[in-house]
Amino acid sequence: MRRIIGNTLRYFLLTAIAALMVGPFLWMVATSLMDPQDIFHFPPRWIPDRFDLRNYGAIMDVLPLGTLLLNSFAIAVSATIGQLLSCTLAAYAFARMEFHGKNALYFILLATMMIPAQVTMIPTFLIMRAVGLIDTLYALIVPAFFGGAFGTFLLRQFFTSIPRELDDAARMDGCGRFRILWSIYLPLSRPALVTLGLFSFMTYWNDLLGPVIYLSSTEHATLTMGLASLQSGTMVTRYDLLMAGSVLSVLPILVLLIVGQQWFVKGVATTGLKG
Amino acid sequence: MKNPSRLFRALEPWLYLLPTLTGLALFSAGAVVTSFLISFTTWDMITPPELVWAGNYLSLWRSDLFWEVVLNTLYFILLAVPLSVSCSLALALVANTGLRGITFFRTAYFLPVVSSMIAVALVWSWIFNPEYGLLNYLLEEVFGVKGPAWLHSTTWAMPAMVIVTVWKGLGYSMIIFLAGLQNIPQDLYHAATMDGAGAWKRFRHITLPMLSPTTFFVLVITLINAFQVFEQTYVLTRGGPANSTLTMSYYIYQNAFQYFQMGRAAALSYVLFAVIFVVTLVQFRIQKRWVFYA
Repeated sequence: MRRIIGNTLRYFLLTAIAALMVGPFLWMVATSLMDPQDIFHFPPRWIPDRFDLRNYGAIMDVLPLGTLLLNSFAIAVSATIGQLLSCTLAAYAFARMEFHGKNALYFILLATMMIPAQVTMIPTFLIMRAVGLIDTLYALIVPAFFGGAFGTFLLRQFFTSIPRELDDAARMDGCGRFRILWSIYLPLSRPALVTLGLFSFMTYWNDLLGPVIYLSSTEHATLTMGLASLQSGTMVTRYDLLMAGSVLSVLPILVLLIVGQQWFVKGVATTGLKG
Repeated sequence: MKNPSRLFRALEPWLYLLPTLTGLALFSAGAVVTSFLISFTTWDMITPPELVWAGNYLSLWRSDLFWEVVLNTLYFILLAVPLSVSCSLALALVANTGLRGITFFRTAYFLPVVSSMIAVALVWSWIFNPEYGLLNYLLEEVFGVKGPAWLHSTTWAMPAMVIVTVWKGLGYSMIIFLAGLQNIPQDLYHAATMDGAGAWKRFRHITLPMLSPTTFFVLVITLINAFQVFEQTYVLTRGGPANSTLTMSYYIYQNAFQYFQMGRAAALSYVLFAVIFVVTLVQFRIQKRWVFYA
């Protein structure tokens, strides 16, 4: 009996919290489907009278939606590839190779996570300006090919859990280091690679500070920039359009979350336990 | 395959590390040094920089706006960090169960974490709308209170920012707490129950101490992030009304990329860096007093 009451209470709590966490998203979707005239209605309506996607068409008149989506997508995918490549290589070296100053270097790499982005953003901007990448997508993509503390840490944790005997056996068969990485470590590390890939895609897809600093022309703008401009640019705040745009921004990530929920959770949990 | 030469074997790790080390040198270590040097100059990025030594730091010290920004940042942190850590711990305790459908709930709690801050801030700015927004409607209907003007009020804009920040980050810290909770050996609870310890006693004397390393980690991360609050400000208030939500990170962005005062911005970023560094160091120092490593 006590157990039943306890479980009911817990379900009640879980549901109440879920309503708080998901409610704003439902409100976002509801607003995005409403007739602009119904939005400033009192009391607020959760269920729109009509169910059409007119606002999603209307947002295209204000924003070059195709370009924005394409740019955001190009940046997120390329940067993710960059992160996977550079972090895999570094993580493998830190996990399975012996060299001078290894521990010190690894410590320094992890310590860079403490440097606030505000300190590095001006010099990074200057580097990008010096190599002529301002207002190109490359300004956001190129740094991703130069590694990162989080990704290297995540993959190194995983690599060190792979039994060394596999390395030894492969070496007896005459495999070089790269062969071992390529045909043993990478296939075994699929979960960690998926986790890093998801996090990386999410980070670059959602990024606002980077695009705001580096990109200025409309043809190179990202979806997050477009949304931000919509809010400050128009005289009357068009919540119907803003919410339609927000839904478009959340949708790809929602799909990733539903497909890869367990990988997201694993990624966060790893950093927590061993950080 | 023939044996690789000794030289190659010695060089091989460095080949693997080349991208990361280049990035470290250019975008981290190099950037930290460059920023430091820029902070001693005045520079608009067009005319050559001019050396002013500690001029930027002195002018900040004498600037009323700077101190206002510092106080705003502290106010934000004092509201957001304790609220965020305690709520996410509570959330983890509720979600730490094997009940059916728990994956669904955890995924739901994680949705704000993975969504872009811009989308999240936009929907909240709509919820906070004083006349037609959902929040004031609920306040009026359920509690009979007339809600404030939220983002348009110098008093309520900052709490509104805190609500958005805490709400967005809850799921992240919850997952870390969950992992910590699941690492506590169940025997401890069985033994305590046998000895007649109630739920509160078990929480107070087993869960809290065993979880303290996780709590410490969450606290450090939450604090570092709180110092750097930017996107919420950019979307919700741009630092207004009347500078009431102008915090450090946004102020740095304004100085650098709106007023093009690179020297001043770099000096500000160093002040922020120093504060984060000291606060983190102090946390590591005092952790011995309350963090329990089994």
